[in-house]
Amino acid sequence: MSGASSPRIVIVGAGPAGIRAAATLVVAGFHPLVIDEGHRAGGQIYRRPPDGFVRTPEQLYGSEAAKARALHAVFDQLVAAGRLTHCAGSSVIAVHDGRLQMLGAGGVQVVGYDRLIVATGASDRVVPVPGWQSAGVYSLGAAQVALKAQGVALGRCIVLVGSGPLLTLVGAQLLKAGADVAAVLDTSSWRQQMLGFYGLAARPIVALRGLVLRMRLGGRYHAGVTLEQIDAGASGVIAMRWRDADGRAHITPCDMVGMGWHLRAETHLADLAGCAFAFDEQWQQWLPTIDAMGRAGNGVYLAGDGARLIGADGAEIAGRLAAVACLMDLGHAASPSRADLRKRARLKRFARGLARAFPWPAEMVRTLPDDAIVCRCENINAAAVREGADFGGGEANRVKSLSRAGMGRCQGRYCQLAAVELVAAQAGCALRDVGRFRGQAPVRPAPGGAFLRED
Amino acid sequence: MKTAGRVVRLAEHDRPQLRFLLDGKECEALAGDTVLTAMLVEGQALRSSEFEPEPRAGFCLMGACQDCWVWQEAGPRLRACSTPVTEGMRLRTTAPETWP
Repeated sequence: MSGASSPRIVIVGAGPAGIRAAATLVVAGFHPLVIDEGHRAGGQIYRRPPDGFVRTPEQLYGSEAAKARALHAVFDQLVAAGRLTHCAGSSVIAVHDGRLQMLGAGGVQVVGYDRLIVATGASDRVVPVPGWQSAGVYSLGAAQVALKAQGVALGRCIVLVGSGPLLTLVGAQLLKAGADVAAVLDTSSWRQQMLGFYGLAARPIVALRGLVLRMRLGGRYHAGVTLEQIDAGASGVIAMRWRDADGRAHITPCDMVGMGWHLRAETHLADLAGCAFAFDEQWQQWLPTIDAMGRAGNGVYLAGDGARLIGADGAEIAGRLAAVACLMDLGHAASPSRADLRKRARLKRFARGLARAFPWPAEMVRTLPDDAIVCRCENINAAAVREGADFGGGEANRVKSLSRAGMGRCQGRYCQLAAVELVAAQAGCALRDVGRFRGQAPVRPAPGGAFLRED
Repeated sequence: MKTAGRVVRLAEHDRPQLRFLLDGKECEALAGDTVLTAMLVEGQALRSSEFEPEPRAGFCLMGACQDCWVWQEAGPRLRACSTPVTEGMRLRTTAPETWP
């Protein structure tokens, strides 16, 4: 770390946003501390396999290989030159008032900061499908991580369900790698997807690339499906039951289901840092309030998909902008690049197109059978969530305490959006009026021993 | 390659082998495998749910869902998706008998 007089700047996350923020700060003469859960910097989309793996970036990242190479190289050079401190394999589990708790191999450490850049990214937005608690059901992101970072498929016969760019991408990547993909089931209809056309035209090459990947899926791809049930035996998934756009019933045998409906911003740390939140109609989720540069107030800056879901290119821009904002606030001469601002406007238009074309399937959640599991951590079903709303009214945190949905291992990351949708339906109020689950520290499980000190 | 478990190896076959114990049985993995990969090459699940009889095999693989915490013979649990498997690890799909 730099001398005591230099402000301490901490960046959480070493994906595209965190890496660009760090590089921008280093150029301005600062020495940031970068805390990241990955063993190697890159984040999820540009995740790097462990040492000793031999596939090239072209094989791993396809059309995005050059961007991945550039990001990895920038970060590795800064680490090698001693221009930043990288805490790999470490989680920030709590933030309060200029201090954060970092959990690493050596236990929990308290780290002070003057400025904090949170670039925690996003994970899959999932919707409960009856039977989704079974072994062999994974997020789409999981299927991609397994392929990219481990060179494996998570099943012998795969069905992918959901909606959004990742559905098509993961399907095409698995096929190319030699996996057996039986079906790719999109809950968005062709008609709905066409409604996103204006926005998607903001990045014609990206949209076209998506169409080409979609064509590679061939007859496996079905739009406008209804997902009914994931059948399971004693050792996990055995089939996916679904209806096509014409209402015909299908049973597709499989031993793995990958699911995802685009992304859910990872906002726990922003919440603990005291950021304000607003309900975002476009993404149907609560997002932290930031200005155009990523300022959230109180010395906290947010960048990347954890703040606004505009993808990896947008995250690189947001990382630079957040760092520039931080520099400006510290009294340094810095200004945002106009090219960045222009490009981001285009990325935002594209993201609006995605949100329109591949929407959150609210009706599917609202009509979930009573015995379907909503919270897969604690096996809490839809009836329990509905009863919570009957008893406690249409407020997210009351239903959370009554039903325990959102109080398990994942702290609501994978059930919250479906749970509040059910609450809104049951209480007859708007989603935004139901509110959101309060974030609680620690945001990752920490063993008691991690808090004990030798001294 | 092996065919017993859930996970299928599609690439990166040429890595050094290492050995670990799963429920007392000696198994092989490749250097760079996560505990999750190594266990699911051998079997169908990592653990059973605390609340229902169904087995669990992880969900997000990026350290967010915490579905994949598994037991070690010596006691401490670990998150299978983010922990590399190492030579001689002694892993379990159930809690040790000494666990209260």
